Amino acid sequence: MMRYLIPLVAFMVLAIFLMVGLTLNPRQVPSPLIDKPAPQFQLSQLHEPQRIMSSDDNLGKVWMLNVWASWCVSCRDEHPLLVQLAKSGVVPIYGLNYKDERETALQWLKRYGDPYTISIIDADGKVGINYGVYGVPETYVIDKKGIIRHKQIGPVTVDSLEKTILPLIKELQSQA
Amino acid sequence: MTHLFSNTKTFVLIFFVLLFLISSTGWSKEAVPVAEDPETEKRMLDLTMNLRCLVCQNEPISDSRADFSNDIRREIRQQIKANKTDDEIVQFLVDRYGDFILYDPPIKLTTILLWFGPVLLFVAALGSLFVYLKHRRMQIDEVSLSQDELKEAEALLNEDKKGKNE
Repeated sequence: MMRYLIPLVAFMVLAIFLMVGLTLNPRQVPSPLIDKPAPQFQLSQLHEPQRIMSSDDNLGKVWMLNVWASWCVSCRDEHPLLVQLAKSGVVPIYGLNYKDERETALQWLKRYGDPYTISIIDADGKVGINYGVYGVPETYVIDKKGIIRHKQIGPVTVDSLEKTILPLIKELQSQA
Repeated sequence: MTHLFSNTKTFVLIFFVLLFLISSTGWSKEAVPVAEDPETEKRMLDLTMNLRCLVCQNEPISDSRADFSNDIRREIRQQIKANKTDDEIVQFLVDRYGDFILYDPPIKLTTILLWFGPVLLFVAALGSLFVYLKHRRMQIDEVSLSQDELKEAEALLNEDKKGKNE
């Protein structure tokens, strides 16, 4: 009996490991920045480059930072959702225009709609490196104290919005 | 005949030399932006050889042509020029991208299985092999033959010999 049972158990353990492995996404690298202060920045605004926006301007409110670019194809996938979310007024969305050309970026927003309270220009991707950006789009949820609470790698989906992001935002907004 | 043979030999030799030359030009990469001084470039390359490109995950940053890797290389060059040590630069990247950017993960509670799992498996395999062999030895009884059986066996063997001689 044992001599059949042992290989069977060993096989099942292996199968379970492999099965769990199949559900993992190697593209989703957990960010070490979760629960850490959001990196500081002072960047020119996309619409009015002479005006500077600082990350400290948002202290005291829950906000989302969405990294986008006009060259980024999957940004177009999530864009209608962001426009809708911005319209609902639940949470202000700020755009980090990552390694983009100003003119094309402005055109892109005109064409697909502008969900951003303010977009800021990160032309050389320096701020992107500080935020650990490696695949656009990426979206950060930052709380009232300026701490990163969540990072969505890749496009925001209805599912991730309803199951993770919105409940988290509600919870963070209720905190002092 | 020997003349022809030596010709083929020369031909083969030339063929391989050419092959080698062609492939060595194939290795050279297209121009990438590099630092002006070769020392910075060398340090940057040594560092990035052990760093993973997060976009093309099975490629080190030093080899990768991805935009991400270009940016990281540029960042590292700037930090080298700013007199940062190698450890500081690596820590800078780990703080932003996590341990995943390292090809050699640090030994931590979460990576213990990764580091020592293979040793554990090997010891377990060795142990079970030992138990199995011991168990098997106990199962095998030395079968001793009775006097009659020995005689019978001898007769059979002799018969065989006789058959061969004939």
